[in-house]
Amino acid sequence: MPMASTLHGSLANKLPSNVSCTHLDLGAVDWQSALTELKAMGATFLTVWGADNCGRDNGYSIHAAFLTSAGVEVLSHRIENVANPSYPSIAPLFPAASRMERATRDLLGIASTGPDRQPDQRGWYRHNGWPANTYPLRHNNPHLEPRAPNPGPDNPYPFVQVEGDGVHEIAVGPVHAGTIEPGHFRFSVVGEKVIRLEERLGYTHKGVAKLFETLSQKQGHRLAARLSGDSAVAFSWAYCAAIEAITAATVPPRAVYLRALALEHERLANHLGDLGALGNDAGFSFGLTQFSRLKEDLLRANLEAFGERYLFNYILPGGVALNLPQSVYAHLVHLYRALDYEVAGMQSIYDEHGGLQDRFRETGLLSHGLALSLGAIGLVARASGIGRDLRVDHPWAPYDKMATQMVLETGGDVAARVLVRFREIYESLRLCRALLADLSHNSIEATPVACDLAVAEPNRLGIGLIEGWRGPVMIALETGADGAVRRCHSHDPSWQNWPLIEHAIIDNIVPDFPLINKSFNLSYSGQDG
Amino acid sequence: MRDITVVRQFGEVVLAIAIAPLFVGWIAQCRAWMQNRSAPLLRQTYRMLRKLFDKDAAMAATASPLFRTTPYILFGTMVLAAAIIPSLATDLPFAHAADAIALIGLFATARVFLSLAAMDIGTAFGTMGARREMMVGFLAEPALLMVLFNAFLLYGSTALPSLVDGYRAHPTVIDPSAIFAAVAFVMVLLAENARIPIDNPATHLELTMIHEAALLEYSARHLALLEWASGLKLFNYACIGFALFLPWGIATNGADSGTALLISIAALLAKLVVAGAALALVESLSAKLRIFRAPEFLAMAFLLAVLGLLVHLLLGTKLA
Repeated sequence: MPMASTLHGSLANKLPSNVSCTHLDLGAVDWQSALTELKAMGATFLTVWGADNCGRDNGYSIHAAFLTSAGVEVLSHRIENVANPSYPSIAPLFPAASRMERATRDLLGIASTGPDRQPDQRGWYRHNGWPANTYPLRHNNPHLEPRAPNPGPDNPYPFVQVEGDGVHEIAVGPVHAGTIEPGHFRFSVVGEKVIRLEERLGYTHKGVAKLFETLSQKQGHRLAARLSGDSAVAFSWAYCAAIEAITAATVPPRAVYLRALALEHERLANHLGDLGALGNDAGFSFGLTQFSRLKEDLLRANLEAFGERYLFNYILPGGVALNLPQSVYAHLVHLYRALDYEVAGMQSIYDEHGGLQDRFRETGLLSHGLALSLGAIGLVARASGIGRDLRVDHPWAPYDKMATQMVLETGGDVAARVLVRFREIYESLRLCRALLADLSHNSIEATPVACDLAVAEPNRLGIGLIEGWRGPVMIALETGADGAVRRCHSHDPSWQNWPLIEHAIIDNIVPDFPLINKSFNLSYSGQDG
Repeated sequence: MRDITVVRQFGEVVLAIAIAPLFVGWIAQCRAWMQNRSAPLLRQTYRMLRKLFDKDAAMAATASPLFRTTPYILFGTMVLAAAIIPSLATDLPFAHAADAIALIGLFATARVFLSLAAMDIGTAFGTMGARREMMVGFLAEPALLMVLFNAFLLYGSTALPSLVDGYRAHPTVIDPSAIFAAVAFVMVLLAENARIPIDNPATHLELTMIHEAALLEYSARHLALLEWASGLKLFNYACIGFALFLPWGIATNGADSGTALLISIAALLAKLVVAGAALALVESLSAKLRIFRAPEFLAMAFLLAVLGLLVHLLLGTKLA
């Protein structure tokens, strides 16, 4: 007898979002069968987050979001057991969930339980930064995370030991020789060959989720923009998309186009920066200087067009902060043409440089099968032959009119990730030109660039999902009374892709790690929250 | 007569110590120009050394006396090497005390001490750097020896000054074996001095470092001495190259006049300017090799040097 589908039952309802989004409130048994069904459908796991229902109905909620061919599927499960809250673990089916479940346990004290195997019991966020058995996101805790009075030595964090002849460990970080974000990497090596890598992150945990709860709905975008400095547009747009969907606001078309232009500029700036840094990490500093110059040209154009170099304050609920001055159109068109030409020139230098290609090819291989089973996402997935891009699969305005071309490579090595960046630059430049042409169209030219939002009803959940340069960026916003934020969960695609580096490095040599790491270029701050 | 050679010897060593940082600064400047960056000042290396000497040294708790003394030993060996190499004149009292093979031994001694000191602290990076440094070293040394054997066969001596004198006696002869040897020598120079494509002196990525990883735990005056010693080593290698392949202008035996010395200083500076620019060009054009390509790179150097020897034996030229 075929099992009745949990997903397509009558319980499903729509959630406010910029993409098609369905929502299911499930009991523990249905939760488990829904997971199985999603796995069988080939859904991609996005994120999991918890919420304290104190003051509404007691207990806790656990939510999980998945990407399917139809859009986003959000599962919710109410946890009634307040003394010992737990839910069936997602990680056995979707391994990418493991670290997020550990983070949820640190923040809310909600534990995941496995059917046969106990999930990883080590913490993720706490790092002894606050007293044990204190959960910052519970509503009975004062605002902002409590500090441990005497943060003694860190709790034991046993790394997996590799045994054998000649195996030894190299501990790198969290403080590095260069000025970069903190993360700890534990290599088990034989000679120069890496047998195993284990990451420990969470050093830049800032208590952002708690901070969101102190802000009003109309302030949250400013914090969202600052979650990960390189994805300011993506995060602030995701936040605004969530609140605009909840309040059913109609954003003026001009603002929508300008947001997309800003998002593509952010993608361009990051790809240009990465390509230079990748050259530099292979000892080819000529590449770094050239790409830095191109990136700087773009940032200066940002200042002219959007009023700031890095677009932290550009997108706000209801629209954008500034109209695009007519005077910069010509300059932007000229810049796009110059970038197209110069990047193509740099690509031929990179392609024909034997030494550089020798470093890029076959390095940090992430096979299609592995990427698929571990739930790779975004740019990294597209370099391993997984064709997922929200702008193509679930286009939201204005991408529904842009006919974005998916960039897909199958190599899965550093060279493929370099190539995806090159090709996405050309595609972004094409989009920018099209957006600019649309913006100068009469019907859009005259419209305002922002609108006012109605006050949101309390206890509404909204989802904002934007394809940032690194991958899908998500904000799940739950409204409180009187325009307050009850809970805001932010998701950076780095969550999915950090564990992949642990696999991509295996059998590579230690000195190739920085190059592989740079080819992923994941955010610490974005995922540390 | 005796006094003059001592003065000359002393002057040569002082000059080497003084202009080695300038040479490093010049390469950095050329590199910046070639990569469309604005270049650091030529005296930047001196300013950095001064800054380091002004700082208080931090020392790991596990450091032994070996760790403390290594910077001085390294600096000392490089100064001694500078005294042996005929960079300005061939008539050097020190040069007769040690030949080119002893010179290679001197470099090897420095490497051994640096590697031991790097392992002394017990950090993963130090050990890793020491391991890689020894790997590059044991591959580079035979190649360097082969290069020198070329010159030894040509002029029938293992002392660098007599090689220069021998060459100066027959300035018009270009031996084809010397060309092979010269290419091999440049490759060894790049590897031995932690330059691209073997190592990247400018990197901040601790996992890719070779030479820099061995220096990671050093600070202040110790680091200054080690940086200075690295500069001197590069300068010494350049001077060995000049002595073997471009000995024009070096004051030979019997040429005691002040003019000869002035010419030799001018010639040395001119050669350093050209060599520095060439080195920067090589570094700008290449990417860093994967570390396990280093054996191939140095095996190629060795092969070229051996080819030089074969060419020499086949042609049967003997000048001295």
